[in-house]
Amino acid sequence: MSSTRATISKILTYSCVDGPGNRLVLFLQGCNFKCPGCHNPHTRGICNHCGECIPACHVDALSIVDGRIAFDPTDCDQCDACLEACPINANPMVHDYSVAEILEIARQHHEFLSGITVTGGEATMQLKFVIELFSAIKADLELRNLSCFVDSNGHLGIDAWKQLLPVTDGGMLDIKAFDPAMHRELTGQDNQRSLQSAEFLNAAGKLYELRFLLIPGITDTKGEVDSLIGFVHKLGAETRVKLNAFQRHGVRGKAESWQPMRKDGVAAIAEQLRAAGVRNIVQPVLFT
Amino acid sequence: MDSTLPKLRNIVTDASLNPAQKTHYLALEAENLLSYPPLDSETSRALDDGIICDMCEGHAPFKPRYVLPDYSVVLKKGSDYLELPAPVTLAEAINTLMIAYHQVPSVTGMPVYIGLLDELLLPFCDEVSDADLHQQIKLFWRYLDRTLPDAFMHANIGPSDNRVARTILRVDAELQQTAPNLTLLYDPATSSEQLLAIAANNIISCCKPHIANHPIHAQTFDDIGYGIVSCYNALPLAGGSSTLTRINLKEVAERSTDEADFFERTLPYYLELQFKLMQSRINFLHSESNFFRSFLVAEGWIEQDRFTAMYGVYAMAEAVNALQDLEGRDGRYGFDATANALGHRISAVLAETVANRPVEKCWRGRAMLHSQAGLTSDHDATPGVRIPYGTEPDPVSHIRALAPHHQYYESGISEILTLDETVRNNPEALVQLCKGAFANGFREFTANVASNDLVRVTGYMIRRSDVDGYKQGQGSRTNTTALGSEAVDNNGILERKPRVISHEFNPSYD
Repeated sequence: MSSTRATISKILTYSCVDGPGNRLVLFLQGCNFKCPGCHNPHTRGICNHCGECIPACHVDALSIVDGRIAFDPTDCDQCDACLEACPINANPMVHDYSVAEILEIARQHHEFLSGITVTGGEATMQLKFVIELFSAIKADLELRNLSCFVDSNGHLGIDAWKQLLPVTDGGMLDIKAFDPAMHRELTGQDNQRSLQSAEFLNAAGKLYELRFLLIPGITDTKGEVDSLIGFVHKLGAETRVKLNAFQRHGVRGKAESWQPMRKDGVAAIAEQLRAAGVRNIVQPVLFT
Repeated sequence: MDSTLPKLRNIVTDASLNPAQKTHYLALEAENLLSYPPLDSETSRALDDGIICDMCEGHAPFKPRYVLPDYSVVLKKGSDYLELPAPVTLAEAINTLMIAYHQVPSVTGMPVYIGLLDELLLPFCDEVSDADLHQQIKLFWRYLDRTLPDAFMHANIGPSDNRVARTILRVDAELQQTAPNLTLLYDPATSSEQLLAIAANNIISCCKPHIANHPIHAQTFDDIGYGIVSCYNALPLAGGSSTLTRINLKEVAERSTDEADFFERTLPYYLELQFKLMQSRINFLHSESNFFRSFLVAEGWIEQDRFTAMYGVYAMAEAVNALQDLEGRDGRYGFDATANALGHRISAVLAETVANRPVEKCWRGRAMLHSQAGLTSDHDATPGVRIPYGTEPDPVSHIRALAPHHQYYESGISEILTLDETVRNNPEALVQLCKGAFANGFREFTANVASNDLVRVTGYMIRRSDVDGYKQGQGSRTNTTALGSEAVDNNGILERKPRVISHEFNPSYD
C-alpha cells in the first residue's frame, strides 16, 4: 500500500450536500485561492508551527514537540479558538492520514455511504493522494460501489485532470465569477483554468454539478448571471447548476461587511435561469 | 369523590375540548373511581413511586391496549354482527373498512391499527383505473383524518411494491394530514428500490412514512403475521397487546449503590415487580372484563391467545449515565464506547429476563420487550433507549450507537433521526441512511426533516400550525394536538436543534 499521506482537517461520515446520497467527506487542508467569502477559511493555510495558537487553547490540547505543533484531541471541546488565533488561516488540529487509514474508515461506515467526496481547502492540491485513494477504492471488492467525487475550484490543469478523471466518478466545480477581473479580485487567480476544467469534466460526462456563489452586489449582477446562463448553454441545458447564497457564517475580513444573499434574491435569479432554458437548478434550503 | 367533582366540571366546561373529547375524559375519570386490580404492597409502592408505570391505562382494563384485527376476515366473509355482506368492489371494500374501524377499541378509544391496506385492497382493484384508485384513496384518507382524528391510528403498506401502496404514498404526501400514521414494511428482497425512493421523498415532504425492517419483524412473529401500530409497536396480527407497562431505568439506577448492585439486586427486584403489575392487569382484562366475548372473537377478527403484553423500558440514557457516575467514569451515553456497551448489556439482561419469565394469558406465554417512547408528563427521562434530545451525534454515529439494542426489543423500538433541511435536495442520502440502519440491525427507521409542518412527537404526528392554534384557545379536532402541545411546552421541542419530540401520550385530563 502507498505511503502517500494527506493532511486532513476534518472527516464527516454524514453529509447530504457533497454529491449524490450520503457521503464520507474528507476536508483536505490547503487552498490556492484566497476567497474572502470562504466559509472554511481555516482550511486554506498550511501550518508553519509558529505556536501562536497554543495560548488560545483553554484545555491545553496544543503544544510544540520537536519544533512541530502537536495536538492531543482527548480534551478538545471543539471551541475552535485556535483557528481564530492562527495568523495564516491554517489549522493546528489537522491530522495526516494514509490511504489505508481512510479505507478503514470507509469500511467501518460503508453500509451508510453512497460514496466518498474530497473537498477542502482545494482537494486537488493533494492530487497524488486523491488519485491513490480513489484507485484503491475502485480496486477494493467491498468498497468499489462507493462513487468517488471531487469538489474543486477547477484551478487544476487539464493534464492533471487527465490523471484524476479515470478514477473519479464526478466533480462539483465552483465558479467564483465569470468576469476575469472580478475573479482575480475575489480569488487572487485567473478563472480561465476553472472554466476550462468545467468544460473538460463536462465533455468527459463527469461534471456532476456546476456551483456558483451569489454575493449581493458582486456576483448577483446582470453581467454575471448572463455569463452564467451563456456558460451553462455551452455545457448543455441539462447541466445541474447549484446556486449557493453567500452568508456571513464563518467568513473573515472584508466579507464580514458583505450583505448576506436572501432567499428571494436567489429565487429571482433561479427564475431568470429557468426562463433562459437552464433546466436543472438547485437552490439552497438553508439561509443562516 | 370530593376532588373528582371539580375535575369533572373542568372537563365538561373546557372550551378547548369538543363533546367527544370531553366524553372520553369523563369515561376515564369514571373508570378510575373503581379500585385498582389487586397488587401486593411492594408492587403497589413501586407503582406509586413511579419506578414502574401503567401508562395511565386506567384502573379497570376493559379493553386491550392495542387491538390488531385481521380485517381480511370481514373483507372476505362480511359480518353477521354488523349485518354486512362481503364486499365486491373497491368502494364496497373501503366502505366495509370504514365501518369496521368503529368497532375496534384501544386505549385511545380509536383504532390504533387500520390494516395492511395495500394487501387488503389489492384484490378489489383489478377493474379500477389509476385515476379512480387515486380518487377513492384520497376520499378514504380524508375520511380517516376527519372521523378518527388520532395520529396513533396506524396504516401499514408493503413489503411488495404495488399500485395501492404507491397511490397511498402519493395521497399521503398530497394531503399532509397528521392521521393516519403510516409504516412501509420494507424488505430488500421484495420491495423495489423505487418504492424506497418514493418513501424517502415522502419523508422529506411530510415526515411519513416510518420504515420497518420487514425481514427482522417477520422472523420475530409467525405466519399469521404482525402489524406496526400506534408509536411503532410491533404486535401479532389478529391479536395485539393486553397492556403496556414500563420501568423507569433511571429510578432503578438511582436506587443502586454501584453497577454490580444494579445488576444483582435493584434491577432484578423491580423487573419482577413490573411482571406482577402486568399480570394483575392482564388477569382483569382476560378474566373479569368480558371483552373477549366480543363479536370480534366470535367472527375471527381476533383471537384471545394472540394478545401479548408489552414490557416497556425507558430512561436508559439517564440510567447509564447514573451508573457511569457511580463508577467514576466520565463517558456519556450515546458518545462513549464504555457507556454504550453498558447500555447494550442492560438491554441484553432485560431481554433474557423477559424471555425466561412466564406470563399467563399471554401470547407464547411470554411478554415482549419494548423500548417505550415516553409520556408527555415525563421530565428528565429520555424515551426508551434513545440519546437525550438536542445532544444527538450525527445520524450515522447515532444509528451505530443504538443499533446493538434493536435485536432485543421485539415489540418495538424507534429512534427519531432529525435531519437538517439540506437533505431536501438529496433524498438518496435518506435512502442510504435507511439501508445502513437496516444492515446494522435497526428494526425501525424514522426520520424528521427540520421545519416540516408535520412534526413527530415520539411516534405520532402533530402539525406545528395546529399547536399554535390550540394554544390560542381555538381547540383542535385531533386528540393528539393537545398531547403534542404539552410536549412542546414541557420541552421547548420546536425550538430545539432541528426538532425531535419525546413522549408518547398522556390520556388523562390534568
